[in-house]
Amino acid sequence: MMAANPPLLKARSVTKRFGGLVAVSNLDFDLPKDSIVSIIGPNGAGKSTFFNCVTGFYDVDEGSISFKDMVIDGDSPDQIARMHIARTYQNIRLFSNMTAIENILVGMEPRLHSHWYSFILGSRKTRKEEAWALDEARRLLQFAGLAGKGDFLAKNLPYGDQRRLEIARALANQPEILLLDEPTAGMNPNESTTTMRFINRLRDELGVTILLIEHDMRVVMGISERVTVLDYGTKIAEGPPAEIQRNPRVIEAYLGRGAASGLELGTD
Amino acid sequence: MKKHTGIDLRNALRLGLIAGVASVSLSAIGIVELFASRELISGIITMGQVLIFSAPALLAYLSVRELNLSRTRMLLSGMISGAAASLPILVLVLLESQVDLRQFMPGVSPTLVDVLTFGRGPYVGGLLLMAAMAIVGMVAAGIETLPTSIRKPLLTGGLATLTLGLFSEILSGRMRDFFGSSFSAVFFSGKALDPLFGAGLFIAIAGGNRLWTTRSEGVQSRIAALSPSGQRQLRVGIFVASGVGLIVLPLLLGSYLSEVANTVGLFILMGLGLNIVVGFAGLLDLGYVAFFAIGAYSMAVLTSEGPLGIGHLNFWEALPFCVLFAATAGIILGIPVLRMRGDYLAIVTLGFGEIIRLLAISDALKPFIGGAQGVLKIPKPDFFGVTLVQPGQFYYVVLAGCLLAAFVAYRLGESRLGRQWMAMREDEDVAEAMGIKLVSAKLLAFATGAAFSGLAGALFASKLTSIFPHSFSLDISINVLSLIIIGGIGSLPGVVVGALILVGLPELLREFAEYRLLMYGALLILMMLAKPEGFWPSAVRQRELRADAEVLKAQQAALDAEG
Repeated sequence: MMAANPPLLKARSVTKRFGGLVAVSNLDFDLPKDSIVSIIGPNGAGKSTFFNCVTGFYDVDEGSISFKDMVIDGDSPDQIARMHIARTYQNIRLFSNMTAIENILVGMEPRLHSHWYSFILGSRKTRKEEAWALDEARRLLQFAGLAGKGDFLAKNLPYGDQRRLEIARALANQPEILLLDEPTAGMNPNESTTTMRFINRLRDELGVTILLIEHDMRVVMGISERVTVLDYGTKIAEGPPAEIQRNPRVIEAYLGRGAASGLELGTD
Repeated sequence: MKKHTGIDLRNALRLGLIAGVASVSLSAIGIVELFASRELISGIITMGQVLIFSAPALLAYLSVRELNLSRTRMLLSGMISGAAASLPILVLVLLESQVDLRQFMPGVSPTLVDVLTFGRGPYVGGLLLMAAMAIVGMVAAGIETLPTSIRKPLLTGGLATLTLGLFSEILSGRMRDFFGSSFSAVFFSGKALDPLFGAGLFIAIAGGNRLWTTRSEGVQSRIAALSPSGQRQLRVGIFVASGVGLIVLPLLLGSYLSEVANTVGLFILMGLGLNIVVGFAGLLDLGYVAFFAIGAYSMAVLTSEGPLGIGHLNFWEALPFCVLFAATAGIILGIPVLRMRGDYLAIVTLGFGEIIRLLAISDALKPFIGGAQGVLKIPKPDFFGVTLVQPGQFYYVVLAGCLLAAFVAYRLGESRLGRQWMAMREDEDVAEAMGIKLVSAKLLAFATGAAFSGLAGALFASKLTSIFPHSFSLDISINVLSLIIIGGIGSLPGVVVGALILVGLPELLREFAEYRLLMYGALLILMMLAKPEGFWPSAVRQRELRADAEVLKAQQAALDAEG
């Protein structure tokens, strides 16, 4: 089924260096449309660097990244956001002194088009757009399970709500691709199960293609259709979760050579 | 909470001594002597006395605040604190009677000692001073023992009456102009309030305050209960009333005060502009005066009837160009600093401001803008054949400018652009990743801010009819930045309040001119300690600070529950 879907995002021999350190090395990667794909790997494997390359935070040194057959490497983060590629951050980066609803409204930027002078004149079209945006933002707030918390400052929300608000803010972009950087970090098993279900809903109900970085193997194995494993910036394995779980190179990368014999990546 | 049963003697003494040192400092810099004969309420209290006694009273009050003491003990504590405050002053007085302190401290004169000792010599007078301070301390502490419903009206009434006393000269002058001197003599004697009138004022203000605190909730709930159309009528009513108030204001103010209002207005204009750059977009600009200068010089060169005038346009024709030039300059400054943040941005903008000032004064540009000799013969604006010469007439031009700027700032602040600026202030990288075009958002902030400042500069040139480079010093940038901080950063009413306090007050209190910077500094320090969000904070900042306090309280409660 998946093979039928053409890749939405394609990376070809992407390399990113920081001085002498090669953070991502010669990486080929395909993200099929309507799929949920995880990137895993030990700390420092280059997962977040790859995210930053895709979202325009970093320029790639070699190789290319394309979205729907358009080359996007070299584009600025705001241009990429306006192509409807959205992301969240490993350590939550909300606009902490803005309210929840304002955070979502900022996320809607790529879908709003009024010009600055029309704000001064207060044209009907602008007011209509703002009213529409507010409605849409409320709807998203509800979708994320944050109904009634729109006027809370982002920083005053509990941790789990902040994670969900960050996803809601990314969804406000109406993304075709959503990149989630460790969406369940710091959550207890119950909360991560809820989040897993939520991520599944994003794909099934909203048709968002999802790429996630995750450390929690239970989550990775539970929701991803494909898993890519990075180690020292290089792709060492790729395939369905069940295969990855048994792959000796992956086990070695995670646990070291000695432990590799006879161990399987467990569902911790 | 710890239960306090006895008097905290050490604390009372410590605070008293600090207050005494504060009073000694005020005395030694000469401000007490200067105002010793400046009466606030005729024959009752002078400005000098207020200066000596305010620190002891304040700290005596603080020494008993939030203590669970019996009333007698509180009074006693205040008394001790007050008496302690007199000690440093007594040391000063005794020293002065033995040695000639003037060679070290020129401010400590025999006249000052006379003031401090009520003219009774160091020993008798010293004891009198100690007794007086003890009583003041006791009264101040006594105020704390009163229930809030009495304390607040008393304090408000007292402070307001003293403040009005300070402005008696101006007030009595206005009253004389309107109703004649015999009428004004009923309320004022000399440069001070008449004691009877002062008492009346105190009772009226205290009573009004009491009434307001008891009734305001009822009034508010009645307003809330009004039908939507009723509320709209109320709003329109308030709007019309304040509009009429602003229009008739120069008639009430007279020429001098209108001139002060115009100066305040120009600073409001600049404040509104800088508020967009610093308050909304979070870009610290220390060279803001540059745009003011560009606006002023544009107006000067385009309209001047002197040899430097090139356009010979009239005021209204030149005005759009001034604004446009300033806005363009804003963009030109903005482009190289797009990637800069925080401190670096501040330094670069600071340099930009200095460059513009130096260009104005330089010989290179002298043939065009006059160098140090400036540009002269700038005409005042015409309005349908009337030349707006009087400050009371020019006022309307400034008012129109301020209203326009406030409207634009309000609309932009509330719009999506305002949200973009806020997001940019919070986290520039994430804002960009949300699809915000940082370049245009930043340049729009710089351009709008610069446009307001350019408008203020153009009005300034036309108001003074001649301009010189020294009017465009760094002081102006600092002043404008201070006024938006004092008013409440990001808040539009805050700009008005800040300009009234930092620009209006010094104009009205010309007598204090010598001590202007001292007060300025003291005010800024006190503000940052006591009310960092400003006098009229924006809803956003208020929300931030209040929310912080709430969160902290909740965390503290959680800790307490655990421990």
